[in-house]
Amino acid sequence: MSLLLAVVAAVLFAAGTWLLLQRRLTRIVIGIGLLGHGANLLLVTSGGRAGRSPVLDGTVGDPAQYSDPLPQALALTAIVITFGVTAFLLALGYRSWQINRDDKVEDDIEDRLVSRRHRTDGPEGPIDDGDPDTSEFEVGEGQAS
Amino acid sequence: MNTPLLAVPVAAPILGAAITVLVGVRRELQRVVTVAVLSVMVVVAALLLARVDEHGHLVARAGGWTAPLGITLVVDRFAAIMLLVSTIVLLIVAVYAMGQAGEERERVSFHPLYLVLAAGVSTSFVTGDLFNLFVAFEMMLAASYVLITLGGRPDQVRAGMTYVVISLVASTLFITTLALLYAATGTVNMADLAIRLGEVDPALRHGFSVMLLIVFGIKAGLFPLFFWLPDSYPTAPGPVTAIFAGLLTKVGVYAIVRTQTLMFPPGRGGADWGDDLLLWVAGATMVVGVIGAIAQDDMKRILAFHIISQIGYMIMGLGLFTVAGVAAAVFYVIHHIVVKTALFLVAGLVDRRAGTARLSSVGGLVRTAPVIAALFAVPALSLAGLPPFSGFLAKFSLTDAGLASSSHAIVAVGLAVGLFTLFSMTKIWTGVFWGDPDTAPERAPQTGDRFGGPLPMVLATLCLVVVSVGFSLWAGPIHELSQRAAVDLLDSTGYIEAVLGGAAP
Repeated sequence: MSLLLAVVAAVLFAAGTWLLLQRRLTRIVIGIGLLGHGANLLLVTSGGRAGRSPVLDGTVGDPAQYSDPLPQALALTAIVITFGVTAFLLALGYRSWQINRDDKVEDDIEDRLVSRRHRTDGPEGPIDDGDPDTSEFEVGEGQAS
Repeated sequence: MNTPLLAVPVAAPILGAAITVLVGVRRELQRVVTVAVLSVMVVVAALLLARVDEHGHLVARAGGWTAPLGITLVVDRFAAIMLLVSTIVLLIVAVYAMGQAGEERERVSFHPLYLVLAAGVSTSFVTGDLFNLFVAFEMMLAASYVLITLGGRPDQVRAGMTYVVISLVASTLFITTLALLYAATGTVNMADLAIRLGEVDPALRHGFSVMLLIVFGIKAGLFPLFFWLPDSYPTAPGPVTAIFAGLLTKVGVYAIVRTQTLMFPPGRGGADWGDDLLLWVAGATMVVGVIGAIAQDDMKRILAFHIISQIGYMIMGLGLFTVAGVAAAVFYVIHHIVVKTALFLVAGLVDRRAGTARLSSVGGLVRTAPVIAALFAVPALSLAGLPPFSGFLAKFSLTDAGLASSSHAIVAVGLAVGLFTLFSMTKIWTGVFWGDPDTAPERAPQTGDRFGGPLPMVLATLCLVVVSVGFSLWAGPIHELSQRAAVDLLDSTGYIEAVLGGAAP
């Protein structure tokens, strides 16, 4: 059982990492979610074997029969935090969509200016995006900002 | 020694945040609550420091559960020093923010977020539990995510994305490390971990040491994990950038110092390669940060790159792993919190006065706004390490410690980087305060104020500059205090006994 959980955690980590390296925020959000699931699964697995629920009903049995409650509590806390931040990331993605009609994570403008400096000494023209994959969605009439 | 006073730095700002939410749109009341809460925290932090210095470690057990079962709050000298300096800085920056027309006035959420950030920072300093440290980090980060994107401008959204994603990756790594640590040792209490890690396979222990170094290194901006920092910090509003620059990276440094000294001391189990690793990382961080700063044209971005290079000095002090080295690192951290925050507050003043912080669009402020020029000159010279300012004393003690443990290479790197720092400060000085602007600023300059800005902003900046000068005036006592803190840090038995008490096996 533990081996299965470990394999699942590994797959989640791998898929999450791959999605994290994508350019679009929606994919990154899913990647973060998968990574978080992987980490939480690892946390639960770290508590050792599954056992009886650690709720005492008046009779105290052998401690070895109960599962460890602490990692479960830790995982719950981590899940709540990941949930909140994921919601925030989605809101950020929506805001980016409102502004650019796109949720691509963009390059830093100052970095571009610095890297362009040795090529151009003249006044700085419009910054070339340098990436043909700007948006899946054409900016329609009436939407142009 | 057991004291309930320790709960104040954790509970007070959270309660304050709740009250500022309830007070809502009544901005005056929000301000009163924020200033009152932060003032109480400063007083409590000062009391804690005085008590810790007299009696040794202070411990509070949440809910009465003894360690390692419950969450323990523990303060040693280093934590108390950090708590005092950071609460002072938080209070001063809050006043500065109130003087600035902008986010604080327009957004109801500024005060609650600011207080949650304060709670996260102070909880990170007082907690003795690794998972609680994770929660404190998340509190601080969640508040910082919203603060950095407050206003929702396009550049903020862009910078916010990078910042949030990078921080989330660090948090996920943190949970992963916690899971592995729990699987290996069965505890997340730091003092208990310190004991049980001694029984773990050395190879595994090295792995844990490096994993925690990476987790906190992302937060602190260590080489090669720093790249997100100069992109995201400068886009936030002035006071927010100042508090991020001054405190957030230093919380990462605090966590590195705490975990590496407590849980992975070099003597036990021979983690000697770890020291060298830290020195290499420190050297690379210094050099890359300072070279990155040279290429920039924006005052805030130059300063942001300098955060990175200065972090290298602190890690160098830790990497030496001698009392003198760690003491120098402690002194360096508190000096840097104050000086860097002051510099970013000045950058905010320049931004407001000239309409931009771009060097090519500002000029001649030494004639038109001499107060700002004076407020910049002192912390800038201090950062570059010129005598008699606190930066000189911090660099001197660090160099002294490096030579004493005959680590000549890292000392040479540190001194060379100091020269480049001076070059960058000179570049800002000539660009902003001398000469004439080449291009027009992005926004209209605001030239109406007599002292170069609204009085609360100028006075708050002045306060921080005075504090940094105070560091060099009382350098003797402060250095002795950091020496005692370093002795505490390097000999972890006091910490472990204070936390585990009679319950220690």
